[in-house]
Amino acid sequence: MTHRKTAALLSIIPGMGQFYNKQFVKGFAFLFLAICYFIAFLDFLNIGLWGIVTLGTEVPRDHSIFLLVNGVISILVVGIGLGFYYFNIYDAFQNGKKRDNGVKLNTLKEQYHNVVDKGFPYLMVGPGFLLLIFVVIFPIIFMLLLAFTNYNLYNSPPAKLVDWVGFKNFIEIFSLDIWRETFISVFAWTIIWTFTATTLQVSVGIFLAVVLNQKEIKFKGIIRTLLILPWAVPAFVSILIFSGLFNDTFGAINQSILAPLGIDSIPWMTDPFYTKVALIFIQSWLGFPFIMAMTTGVLQSIPGELYEAATVDGASNWDKFRKITLPMVLFTTAPILITQYTFNFNNFNVIYLFNNGGPAVADQNAGGTDILISWIYNLTMTSAQYSKAAAVTVLLSLIIVSLALWQFRKTKSFKDEGMI
Amino acid sequence: MSIKTARRIRLTLSYLVLLSAIAIVIYPILWVIGSSFNPGNTLSSSTIIPKNATLAHYKELFAETDYLIWYWNTLKICFITMVLSVIFIGLTAYAFSRYKFIGRKNGLLLFLILQMIPQFVAILAIYILAYQVGLLDTHFALILVYVGGLIPMNTYLAKNYYDTIPKELDESARIDGAGHFRIFWQIILPLSKPILAVIALFSFISPFADFILASILISSDEKMTLAVGLFNMIKNEFGNSFTLFAAGSVLVAIPIGLLFLSLQRYFISGLTAGGTKG
Repeated sequence: MTHRKTAALLSIIPGMGQFYNKQFVKGFAFLFLAICYFIAFLDFLNIGLWGIVTLGTEVPRDHSIFLLVNGVISILVVGIGLGFYYFNIYDAFQNGKKRDNGVKLNTLKEQYHNVVDKGFPYLMVGPGFLLLIFVVIFPIIFMLLLAFTNYNLYNSPPAKLVDWVGFKNFIEIFSLDIWRETFISVFAWTIIWTFTATTLQVSVGIFLAVVLNQKEIKFKGIIRTLLILPWAVPAFVSILIFSGLFNDTFGAINQSILAPLGIDSIPWMTDPFYTKVALIFIQSWLGFPFIMAMTTGVLQSIPGELYEAATVDGASNWDKFRKITLPMVLFTTAPILITQYTFNFNNFNVIYLFNNGGPAVADQNAGGTDILISWIYNLTMTSAQYSKAAAVTVLLSLIIVSLALWQFRKTKSFKDEGMI
Repeated sequence: MSIKTARRIRLTLSYLVLLSAIAIVIYPILWVIGSSFNPGNTLSSSTIIPKNATLAHYKELFAETDYLIWYWNTLKICFITMVLSVIFIGLTAYAFSRYKFIGRKNGLLLFLILQMIPQFVAILAIYILAYQVGLLDTHFALILVYVGGLIPMNTYLAKNYYDTIPKELDESARIDGAGHFRIFWQIILPLSKPILAVIALFSFISPFADFILASILISSDEKMTLAVGLFNMIKNEFGNSFTLFAAGSVLVAIPIGLLFLSLQRYFISGLTAGGTKG
């Protein structure tokens, strides 16, 4: 038997392979760490793993949701443990291989330097990653698992136990009429919202930038500063102000602008259609300044000779805009424009702060202007449909992740072609 | 039609477009400023030019609500979030930019995916976790959640910037005997000040603008942030304390707006850098 195999096999008990390779300090350290790990976590892991499988068996002793939380943490702890375990075997195998090939093993001093060298990036990434695990990754895993339980208002601890139900939530979303219709209408509005609101804010931004950057326009600085104000004021403040302005009975839009023009009050907050119109208007108001500022930067970088050459060739202003300005702007800003779409896809603040996703609509359990993300929020916070909310979250995440991966590959190909 | 008239028409139209855009942009802002000086309490009495202007709402804001405490809480949370984020992100991005280590590629992919999923889809889990570790209704929990949420996207920003700093600098320093951390501290850090400034700015502003996490993790009045406090003010008794809300918004919008306008160049450069490179 070769050294590498023996060392790897012995490493089934952490450290033994290292002892076999005569790296005693390392072997002792590994053994010590393994013992500490078991002493510290054995009970916790035992209960945690039992809990996540059964979600509790006795009321009121077992609280299913806390068991689930501990279970997820246990899995993370097991994952980290397995990572170390794998490294321990890998290390024994590698050093065994060196012995097989007659290469001298690192001395203790060299090992130490090695650890410092190789370990440095982990040391740097470690703190941030640990935080990320607990406040971002853990919650996402938890929601993922929750989607496969029956946790809701009627089925919640400490009075009741929660059970695993497989794909029931997903099946119900697509088979029960009320859920299916709500999901389809919310999803449709999310898509319409994303496209109209974003496209409008982008077009307005580019248009105003082009108009403002004509040579002859005076007071450019002041106009630009004024137009950038919606971006400067915190968005939550502006949205709340708008919810006052658009108020059906008292709002200034109906009272001071439309009434003098002889237009009857428009039910901005109580008719879904008008709420949608108002929301798209508000988002354009909030979103165009950034596009405008960015486009201005691009415009200033387009060489003037291009336009001069076009003039010589007899191109009209419209031609110049269509053939030079627009392609340049869109090409340079394309990746940012994509992020604007993903931002609006998840734009919770404007939907929720303006009108709580309302007004309410008959025959569905979401408000008339709820997008997926605000629907999830309402399912969780107001109707306590936790597991359904989690299932919708999973669907939403799937959509986003596939978009993200698609975009990633796109930008990769951009890079390889040296365009950016 | 001569070229001159065509030009005049184009310019007149351009000014008209710009003027109407300015009117639409500025109206809500002027209206809320006007409302804050209005004598009445309600939405209906809010006009853009108040008849008997009064400072009563500003006084009430300071005397009868927790407004100043919310302001202080918000600034404190934003500041601590900013400091911690810059430290965590600066270090993480450095490792991703300069070292080849196992898990690097998957780590980057993970960050890319995580920055797409909004953090608050998992509010329920965050709430339960905070409850279990006894951090519910504390600013500490809120700050941790904010910092964690800022890491993925901003790490990309910083990494892309570090990547543009020539590696030869590190190598020559290494030959001169500088250690890993010293290279980071004395070479990379000073050269990457611009991007760290952008990250600092982002991580200060985003907790400021957050409503949802703060509204869920914080429950007691004296621990609230401005976004939650102002929201409650306007929604609890809609219309009845609207002018008070208006005064509160004006005091938020002016300092933040000025700060923003003076630093907008950095915002644009940061957002552009974030978008153009994967």
